[in-house]
Amino acid sequence: MSLQIFIPQDTTALALGAEKVSSAMAHALERRGLNTNITRNGSRGMFWLEPLVEVQIGSARQAFGPVNTSDVESILDAVQSNLDGTAKIDHPLHLGEVDQIDYLATQQRLTFKRSGVADPTCITSYQRLEGFVGLTKALSMTGQAIVDELKNSGLRGRGGAAFPAGIKWQTVLDTAGEQKYIVCNADEGDSGTFADRLLMESDPYQLIEGMTIAGLAVGANQGYIYLRSEYPVAHKILNIAIERATDAGFLGANVCNSGRDFFLEVRLGAGAYICGEETSLLESLEGKRGMVRTKPPLPAIEGLFGKPTVVNNVLTLGAVASILEQGSDTYKNFGMGRSRGTLAVQLAGNVKRGGLIELAFGVTLRQVVEDFGCGTFSGRPIRAIQMGGPLGAFLPESQWDTPLDYEAFAAIKAMIGHGGIVVFDDTVDMAAQARFAMEFCVIESCGKCTPCRIGSTRGVEVIDRIVANEDRDNNLILLHDLCDTMELGSLCAMGGMTPFPVRSALTYFKEDFGISSSRDH
Amino acid sequence: MLEKDSNVDQLIDQFKTLPGGLLPLLHAVKQLLKCVPDSVVDPIAKGFNLSRAEVHGVISFYHDFNTHPGGHHTVQICRAEACQSMGSRDIESHAKQSLGIDYGETTADGLITLEPVYCLGNCACSPSVRIDDDIHARVDQSRFDQLMTELTTVNANTSGVSS
Repeated sequence: MSLQIFIPQDTTALALGAEKVSSAMAHALERRGLNTNITRNGSRGMFWLEPLVEVQIGSARQAFGPVNTSDVESILDAVQSNLDGTAKIDHPLHLGEVDQIDYLATQQRLTFKRSGVADPTCITSYQRLEGFVGLTKALSMTGQAIVDELKNSGLRGRGGAAFPAGIKWQTVLDTAGEQKYIVCNADEGDSGTFADRLLMESDPYQLIEGMTIAGLAVGANQGYIYLRSEYPVAHKILNIAIERATDAGFLGANVCNSGRDFFLEVRLGAGAYICGEETSLLESLEGKRGMVRTKPPLPAIEGLFGKPTVVNNVLTLGAVASILEQGSDTYKNFGMGRSRGTLAVQLAGNVKRGGLIELAFGVTLRQVVEDFGCGTFSGRPIRAIQMGGPLGAFLPESQWDTPLDYEAFAAIKAMIGHGGIVVFDDTVDMAAQARFAMEFCVIESCGKCTPCRIGSTRGVEVIDRIVANEDRDNNLILLHDLCDTMELGSLCAMGGMTPFPVRSALTYFKEDFGISSSRDH
Repeated sequence: MLEKDSNVDQLIDQFKTLPGGLLPLLHAVKQLLKCVPDSVVDPIAKGFNLSRAEVHGVISFYHDFNTHPGGHHTVQICRAEACQSMGSRDIESHAKQSLGIDYGETTADGLITLEPVYCLGNCACSPSVRIDDDIHARVDQSRFDQLMTELTTVNANTSGVSS
């Protein structure tokens, strides 16, 4: 029976030694005289099991993980003694068939259904797994019909702001202009998030397809992926994928012989968190300082180089491809309330089983952290959970039963954001975390508006004084005042939402600031 | 030096007609010279028809564009929340102490420049450290020491060969 071996090449697998495992595997296969290919696939997103090696025997893909170089020989022994696939594979790292592992089997994967299945740069594999089906459909539709399909899906922007994607596209479609642009926001800077990276590294053609569909829908012939420079692996994979898609006729001039053009280019950021904010991103793409723009005008009307521009997150554009492929009715049947479809939850920080978990909206935070995460990595009790990146609130246990739904989170002054969950155990110092939130804003503020630029610096100082018990009562009043000013007076979410983690820390973990919990501030 | 100047001029010619070409140019300059020195501001300003202040403004806005060359290797420690939850604050102080440098500084032998970074997208397996273009997961103090020893050894071997 034929054998095929899969070893992931995504950042996390590589960071855990996948390259060494792969070369050890190649040597071992050669020594055994086995003529077996090693496919460097993307990751399934079960990061706590990386490097996750899969061995395909017949049609079943047997998973082993986490694999060290020293495990390679024994895995091959176990596999070779069971080549007819009848006996049970006897190996301590054997996890069973990969798609039957609970963590994966209980997910509802739409956007990430291909992640880890094949070599991400192989265009034939992508087509075999329903790739470019959505694009083919879109090519036979009018721009308005594509936008209607997107509106009907209920898809909201996955970057964090959750703005209805169809309405944004409609605005760009309705705005007259010879030149329009599609810009993909791949400046995934929130701590605790890696879904954009995983999609780009494990299924880049889906993003390319989604962007091409967006181009067809609104009448744009040029797209840019603004990628953060902290993602060198994604950069390499995207460039290969763009080149291959162009060679295969899915990108560039005359897409699929339709007479329509769509050119795509990756542009690297340069280490500025603020460039994840869409107007700052556009400034940066234009070759300027990443200073936030005032809105209006909306980027949909005056965006990149002053032209009508769709700016969407990687996951939003990825979802477009599957919505066109499977139909918007299928997509909107997932989810709850006004949060339709699936959310790519990223479970991170101090957690035993961290990874990518794609689920329909509506599951509770506790279910994700307990059922998928299985508690903390340290084995200590969970104390706080930060959802939605560095601008997201710290949630105490009393809020963990909140369902993952944009409105439910907004109601508790928290946010789902880009879907990142960072777990902290009981050793966390929440005053230090609140201080860090302000400090991060000092470092990353673009400096355009005063509440963000100066407020954050003053915020660090005031928190230091509170912790040091210098005139604590008055400084607490000052901190709340400062948070009000930042929330109400900042141009964008950087200054406007930095108070969220600060205030939640102060409200729910006041003892860490030296305030006795019986006092109400 | 002259050769480097003409290479920078070539890069400017290559990128000046590209829409939004300044950032790609600065990345290319950094790759060539290991930094974006003050000396390139003038020719870039001329080539792009910008003021020197505008070019300087762009260079100074972005963390990536250091104006002086760093060490042979750049070691970045992630300071973001997911890594903090797994003890990155301890790794930071351990790194500074064991290398004898603060963030933004280079070891006396010119081997290692230490920098902070805010998220490497490896948050399910924190703490993360990036060494040049390689990211390392679950880095504790002993793993950090091991990585630094590897850098020192590799460097000693390569310089042994070249001398």
